[in-house]
Amino acid sequence: MVSAYRAVLASRVRAQRSYRTSFALDLVGAFLMGLAELAEVYILYTAVQGIGGFTFAQILLVFGLADLTFSLADIVFGHVDNLPEYVRTGKLDVYFLRPQPVLAQLVTSDISLRRLARAGVGAGALTVGLVLNDIAWGPATVALLALALVSGVATFSALFVTAAGLQFFLVNGAEMTNAFVYGGRYAATQPASVWPRAVTVVFGFVFPMAFTAYLPVTALLGLPGAPWLPSWLGWCAPLAALWSWALALACWRWGIRHYRGAGG
Amino acid sequence: MSSIIETRDLTREFTVRDRLRRRTVTAVDGLSLRVAAGESVGYIGANGAGKSTTIKMIVGILVPTSGEATTCGLRPVRDRRVLARRVGVVFGQRSQLWWDLPVRESFEILAAIHALRPAEARARAAELAETLELGEFLATPVRQLSLGQRMRAEIAAALLHRPELLILDEPTIGLDVLSKQRLREFLIAERREHGTTLLLTTHDMGDIERLCDRVLVVDRGRLAYDGTLDGLAATVGARRVLVVDLVEPTADLVGLPGTEHLRSKVGGLRQHLVLDGSTTLAAVLAAVAEHAELRDLSIEEPDIEDVVRRIYAASR
Repeated sequence: MVSAYRAVLASRVRAQRSYRTSFALDLVGAFLMGLAELAEVYILYTAVQGIGGFTFAQILLVFGLADLTFSLADIVFGHVDNLPEYVRTGKLDVYFLRPQPVLAQLVTSDISLRRLARAGVGAGALTVGLVLNDIAWGPATVALLALALVSGVATFSALFVTAAGLQFFLVNGAEMTNAFVYGGRYAATQPASVWPRAVTVVFGFVFPMAFTAYLPVTALLGLPGAPWLPSWLGWCAPLAALWSWALALACWRWGIRHYRGAGG
Repeated sequence: MSSIIETRDLTREFTVRDRLRRRTVTAVDGLSLRVAAGESVGYIGANGAGKSTTIKMIVGILVPTSGEATTCGLRPVRDRRVLARRVGVVFGQRSQLWWDLPVRESFEILAAIHALRPAEARARAAELAETLELGEFLATPVRQLSLGQRMRAEIAAALLHRPELLILDEPTIGLDVLSKQRLREFLIAERREHGTTLLLTTHDMGDIERLCDRVLVVDRGRLAYDGTLDGLAATVGARRVLVVDLVEPTADLVGLPGTEHLRSKVGGLRQHLVLDGSTTLAAVLAAVAEHAELRDLSIEEPDIEDVVRRIYAASR
């Protein structure tokens, strides 16, 4: 059964590599985009001291962790929130005619290797951040970092699936869900201590973006958290990932039921 | 014969948003039909008559609003994944191939998707490549294929896992005469060889004449006719016309047994007689010969497009 997904993915990788120049340009473009956002963070945090109680070295960790985990999720799940395109071209109907779950086929129908460049920027920022900051290394901090990485990827992946599920209902769905997906990503790269209360509710708990980078970093550095978001919650990143997936699968099932006309 | 498709009071409504108003449109309305295993059935109707909606319910993409469908003895929505292994579907407008991959690689991926054994998949792909004459473009990326080539590749893709039921939605749309001809010949041979049940929607009456034992006409979601193509013609009064060319101008041939005089041309040199089937053609010709010497004759078959138009008109 796994071989079906592998066969499709392998073909996508081959197809992307077969246009070498185009692929190289895509990589460079994605890299520059990542660099531009990093520069924005650098300018902001060196011009204004201590936004949200964070130094530039500290925010590098938040930015790096959020950007790396988002980009890794984007590589595998990014095309999923392109659902209206799949509906319009009839690709989605074709998935119904094959003996695999529709969501699994949708996820494995494409992979965006060019976003590896973006993940590279995130990984670089994270590495520099880990070197610059004074971290009390030990089994606990390593475990915390590993948990944060895995949970962050899972949480952002779930965000894409949630967006796909909602797009079955929303007419101009992509515009609406992009606000959550890319707004969520942007929020995740900033300290939650500067978020207004409404943003804290939405990106702290409903779509738990604070758990992907901010909270693990405050736990890692021993910093105080934000209102409603104490730093020990950094250890709860896996719970946030589980919650995100529960929400994502509920939205997906709801959306598919709507598409097939089984009632909303 | 056991039935491979069976629907009972199958109904499907859609909610359409018309500016701010919502209204309900019934695409399929209490449709009950049965297709036996091994049959070849043409499913025809005007655009928007409910053909595609019916097919989507039969294969488990759409959930019926009410009523039920059974396909290959399975419930299409509940058993979608099991059913997918037993049904092959080609939607004329949507591709199940990978546009940027060579045809051969699409087949390899589909073989993996249907979990076919490699040896079995290779043998089947080779068989289809030969009978559908895909050999010359197996290594060509799908996006570079002509429409006729792509349609043949699509049908091979749908048949790779040896489905017992093949559903084709407008398979010959846009194809040239030769491509249509080859496709029809292939489908006839495939059915003879493997006993595959065929359900076909089309606007091309040639497809129905060549491929189908039985016709279902759907109109505004309801079944308007179910029977043979000849029966369809008889139902709406389209009859065969005998055209006789005579050696000399002759008075209208009125009152010959088993015929009705339709019209005469070129001063009675050519006459059109409607055959009502109550006597043999030999008897009719003998009666004609009593009046004038025959130079030539031809028989005009009913125009099926016209027949279907009349069905629509009659049911309105």
